[in-house]
Amino acid sequence: MPAVIDIRALVRIYTLGEVEVRALDGVDLTVDAGEFVAIMGPSGSGKSTLMNIIGCLDRPTSGSYVLDGADVSQLSRDERAIIRNAKIGFVFQSFNLLARTSALENTELPLLYGDFAGSRQERRQAALDSLHRVGLAGREQSYPSQLSGGQQQRVAIARALVTNPAIVLADEPTGNLDSRTSTEIMSIFQDLNDSGRTIVLITHESDIARHAKRIVHVRDGRINQDERITQERVRNVEAGFSPPSPG
Amino acid sequence: MRNSFVRLGNITVVGLKSIARNKLRSLLTALGIVIGVACVIVSVAIGAGVAQSVQEMINSLGSNFIMIMPGAATQSGARIFTGASTLTEDDAEAIKRECSAVAYVSPSLRTGGQVVAGELNWGTQIQGVGVDWPFIRSWNVDEGAFFSEGDVRTGTKVAVLGKTVAESLFPNGDAVGAIVRVKNVPFRVVGVLEKKGGSMMGSDQDDHIVVPYTTAQKRLMGQSRFGMIIASAASADQVQDAMDQIDALLRQRHRIPQGGDADFMMRSQEEMAQANAQQVKMMRNLLLGIAIVSLFVGGIGIMNIMLVSVTERTREIGIRMAIGARGRHVLLQFLFEAVTLSVLGGLLGVLFGIGVAKLIEKGINWPIVISPQAIVVAFVVAASVGIFFGFYPARKASKLDPIDALRYE
Repeated sequence: MPAVIDIRALVRIYTLGEVEVRALDGVDLTVDAGEFVAIMGPSGSGKSTLMNIIGCLDRPTSGSYVLDGADVSQLSRDERAIIRNAKIGFVFQSFNLLARTSALENTELPLLYGDFAGSRQERRQAALDSLHRVGLAGREQSYPSQLSGGQQQRVAIARALVTNPAIVLADEPTGNLDSRTSTEIMSIFQDLNDSGRTIVLITHESDIARHAKRIVHVRDGRINQDERITQERVRNVEAGFSPPSPG
Repeated sequence: MRNSFVRLGNITVVGLKSIARNKLRSLLTALGIVIGVACVIVSVAIGAGVAQSVQEMINSLGSNFIMIMPGAATQSGARIFTGASTLTEDDAEAIKRECSAVAYVSPSLRTGGQVVAGELNWGTQIQGVGVDWPFIRSWNVDEGAFFSEGDVRTGTKVAVLGKTVAESLFPNGDAVGAIVRVKNVPFRVVGVLEKKGGSMMGSDQDDHIVVPYTTAQKRLMGQSRFGMIIASAASADQVQDAMDQIDALLRQRHRIPQGGDADFMMRSQEEMAQANAQQVKMMRNLLLGIAIVSLFVGGIGIMNIMLVSVTERTREIGIRMAIGARGRHVLLQFLFEAVTLSVLGGLLGVLFGIGVAKLIEKGINWPIVISPQAIVVAFVVAASVGIFFGFYPARKASKLDPIDALRYE
């Protein structure tokens, strides 16, 4: 399996006035295609900084970051925006859907900013397919305010998938959800992973992290533990989402 | 890079949707522009209407028209009128007799009064003039005849009715030969003037009656009253000669040395037209100033709301950036919103302005000329205001850091 994420000696230093904060202090991390990695750590550990850099929202102070075969560590603002659009699907804790914008239009949004070559109809169809994949058939015209938290997060996942990105980057995706809905959302991620999607999950809850296949622990700006889960991985198939039978 | 242009259509859709989602706020934001543009349209319409009707009035004075008014124009140009007229009947006759470049001369006195015919009565303007009046004003008699030299000499109680007066008092058209009472004095109607049309600030030129000036003095106003003298030059290129001759003659008759302040004032038709054009130009400049100020204020309104909007929608900007919006996408979205707001405001302003202008025309009978030029200019300026004042907030939005923007509550 080729590496989708290849991070070496990553350092990120914030300068707050005269104080230098080393948020990341030499991180090495490789994620292969098809992996489901949870990045765990307490607040202040540097996991958010790591996520921002993996998500191309921020640039490292030093070190290299190769995403899907291209070094993205020194790109400009606009170049990073293009990479985010093409290669990264974001899922946030607070869903981050546009209010007063239908589920379908929210899902379509990344295609408006990117290289999508198709017609209006094809764009619409891609968004519809994406919504159907997360089990939201019939709710295409609903506004976020008319949807439950779980449904909103499904729209966000559909939006993340619509560009067929190299990785799905989920930042505390269950942080605003009750435990039952959290399990539903996590099984969607597991099913996406089963069908080959690379997923990076950022969380501080070990229960949630256990849905992944690999857990990376970050502490004080470094990775201090990297464990692969084989046996006790949590699965919950009766959560209302019927996955395609694994092939 | 090329995609930024290919995707422009998508971005405009994004901007339009955002306006549609905030209808009330969009309307309020555009209100400054709406009012600014409406102001421009209305004031230009009123200004042009007044200018046009004044011009019509001047044109309808006749050809080669010269007006001689009592009172003096001082060096500062102010007209001083001391009460008693400095012009006399003899002055008028002397002009007719001695000024070779003058073709026709007539005294002109005006007063207002009721005209009664049978059971009908009509308030109108009464003009006392001489027999040259129809030639000076190029105003012919439609029915009957104008009064004669003899009528003027003897002060006969005869009247020629303007079309409006004739139609009002004699709906059956039998005015000529009838008796009308003007300020309780019986007058015989000898003629009806042709319709002149054209109006000055909504007043009707055909709403008057004409009587011999001698009769007017004797019966209607009092002996001492004398208004002004109107004259016409023999031809268009003799207007200046005529004015010079009149000036020299009146100075001589009134014993005013060369260079002293005259006790009369003269205006040719051309001078009146020029003065009018001057006033129109001044009014245009003034209106332009008002337009610039009001549109500037409208633009500041747009900038203010767009800045609020950018702050308020920081999170939305963060989301858009996270999923791949580049700086220029965000810039274009907000710029497009600002321009759309100002263009919609301009459009509403044009409609609103035309509506108000029409209302003024109908309601208070003020002449209105809606100028397509003013509409186009106001509209283009409104759009430019949107670009100008929308650019700073849009740029601010495009420079936001996606991480901070996403974290914004």
